[in-house]
This record gives sequence, C-alpha cells and structure tokens, in this order.
Amino acid sequence: MPEAFKFELVSPERLLVSEQVESVVIPGAEGEMTVMAHHAPVMTTIKPGVVTVKSAAGKEERYVVFGGFADIVPAGCTLLAESAVAVGDIDRADLARRIQEAREDAADAKDDQVRSKAEQFLSQLTTLESAIPPA
Amino acid sequence: MPSLKDLRNRIASVKATQKITKAMQMVAAAKLRRAQEAAEAARPYSERMGAVLANITQAVGGGGDAPALMTGTGRDDVHLLIVCTAERGLCGGFNSQIARLARDHIRKLLADGKKVKIICVGKKGFDILRRDYGALILERVDLREVKTLGFANADAIARKVIHLFNEGGFDISTLFYSQFKSVISQVPTAQQIIPAGAPSAAAEATDGGNAVYEYEPEPGEILSDLIPRNISVQVFRALLENAAGEMGAKMSAMDNATRNAGEMINKLSITYNRQRQAQITKELIEIISGAEAL
Repeated sequence: MPEAFKFELVSPERLLVSEQVESVVIPGAEGEMTVMAHHAPVMTTIKPGVVTVKSAAGKEERYVVFGGFADIVPAGCTLLAESAVAVGDIDRADLARRIQEAREDAADAKDDQVRSKAEQFLSQLTTLESAIPPA
Repeated sequence: MPSLKDLRNRIASVKATQKITKAMQMVAAAKLRRAQEAAEAARPYSERMGAVLANITQAVGGGGDAPALMTGTGRDDVHLLIVCTAERGLCGGFNSQIARLARDHIRKLLADGKKVKIICVGKKGFDILRRDYGALILERVDLREVKTLGFANADAIARKVIHLFNEGGFDISTLFYSQFKSVISQVPTAQQIIPAGAPSAAAEATDGGNAVYEYEPEPGEILSDLIPRNISVQVFRALLENAAGEMGAKMSAMDNATRNAGEMINKLSITYNRQRQAQITKELIEIISGAEAL
C-alpha cells in the first residue's frame, strides 16, 4: 500500500479536489508524469489533457484540464488548472469550440514561433478530443 | 390641501413602490449570497497563484529574462485604466464611488502630462466617464448578458489588455474596482496590474519554499506563462469582488428605500385620518347647529 499524500486540484472558479491520494498522473508540458508521495519538488506547466487521480481509498477519478501548472513538493501536489471538469461532465461542444479557436490562432499567427506554438496547442487539443470516449 | 381621494391614491402608490423595493432587496440578498460564495470559491486559486509566483520569482531572481509584463517597459507615459463597475444602477453610491476614484486618477495623470486610455467594464462606469473623458475610452466590455461570472469573462478582458500591451499600446495599467469589505462597506480600490512587480517577500513562506525546485520547462518560460494568467486572475477577482459589492450596496440601498417608503406611508396615513376626522366633525357641527336653529 503506497503512502498517501495531499492533492489539490484548483480552478479559478472553485476548489475541485482536495484529498489524500495515492498517485496522480499529470499531463506535463514535457511529458506525462506520475506523482506519488515524497516526489522531488517540481514545478511544471501542463498541457491540455487528462489528470488521473487515484485516491487513498483506491478509487480512480479522471479530470480534463485545459492548461495550467502544477506545483509539486514532497508533502503534496497542487494543480492550478485554467479550467477543469470531471471527464464525465465534459462538454464536447465546448471542446470543439476551443479546437476551432486554436485552429484560427494557428491560421493567423504572424511569425513562425507563434505559429508553431499555436499548432502545438492545437494538436494537444485534438489528441485530447480523441482520447475522451464519446458520451 | 389634497383631497381625501388624492391622499388615498398617493398611499396606494407608495405602497406599491415599497413592495418593489422590498422585492429588490430580497433578490439582492439572495444574489449577494451567491456572489460571496463565488468569491470565496475563487480564493484558493488566487492564493496559491500568489505563492507559486513568489516561489518562482525567487528562483528567477529578477534576472534579465523576466518578461516585460512584470518589469514594465521602463516608461510611464501612457496609462491604461480598467474601470470595473456594475451593469445596473439602483445600488447607492457604488458606481459613482468607483468612477470618482477613477476620475481623480485621470485628472492627476492628465495634469502630469501623461496619456490616458480607458477600458470600461460595466455600463454604469461607462455612462459616468463618457461625459468627461469620452474621447479616452478605448472600449467598453459588456457583461450584461452574463448570468454567472466565469473565469472566461475575465480571461477575455485580460487577453485584450495583454495584447494591447504587447503592441506597445500603454506602459502602466491600473485596475479600478470596489473591494468587498462587508455588506455595508465597499472600498473603491486602484490596483496596478502591469507591470506586476515582484510579489512581496512576506508571501514567500510557503511549504517547501526553500526547497530546490526542478522546473519543467525553464523558470523563465514558466514565468512568462504564469504572468498573463496572473493578470486574468486579478481581473477575475476584481469582477467577483465587484459583483458581491454591487449586491451588498443594492441590498442596503433598497433597505433604506423600503424604510423611507414605510415612513412616508405612516405620515400620509396620519394626514389622511386627520382630514377624514375633520370632515366628520364638520358634518356633525352642521347637523347639530341646524337642529339647534329650529
């Protein structure tokens, strides 16, 4: 039985999760990472993706997040998400709208750097869309 | 002297007004509770954001790679004022207080020979400022259709501001809103959001604050991602505080109005009763003196 640690998922509108968990899978900007108790202090930005939370009771919950960042210290992990919803409640129309917006951003980017960033974001979103099972 | 019928009509109309103000007060009370809950729910995010920001600025150490949003352009010629007010009136001095603070600020800046640009959030502030400084208003953000204030609304405003900053549209940006102290007290506040400046040292005592962090990607890159987000959060917080403040001000304004209407009804009723009694007495005197004359 792995040790539990404190995990908090916060969106600007409210505190979604604040509980003792066993492990959390975070879609970090430079690759997914699993956080467990006594993780070395890391701060990372996150890309749009799915956060999987395994609570101390052994229950697994999944949340979709759109960007943000995570602050990981040995005692706990705080995930500040720009917007976060439980996978079951995801609004596909909203997701489609975001993809549309990202596509437009990529289309009217002025220089290469901005464009590559926008395209990266777009591909992250489309990957996310295909990863979520249709309701 | 108004006739009895006039008085009766008058009392009926004041009573109808009282019912309306009473209803508005109760609606405001219910909305206030919701607005307060929303403001409280948003608090953890902004608190943690502040802590993380403090940690990371410490790591970057105010080096040359700090983004311009934080250090500023080095000038203070052009000021952008974001004035957040309510969409609706009937809430006492709430809107005019914010507008007055903004106006004083504008006057001072103009006297110093600075250029001023204004973005109005909310209809009321726009209406007030348009009279004197209509030419300075760049834009007006309408939140009237918005039922529940979401982060997306604040984010849209912040994006506009940042876009303008990146184009060199202004040097310093100040946010005007009303801080929600309690139901009866809202304090109009001016807060500088760009350049953000380094967070105070007091905020640095977070758990593991002195641990050696690993950063993914580089601290500078995270910071440039974080600062715009922080601006959105500040705007969001201002909007939430405003929403709660508006409802608080409306509640007490409507409470006053209801009480005033009650007093007016009392006074009118006394006048009405007295006049009715005078008329009865007069009729009696007429009958008695008529009988005595026989």
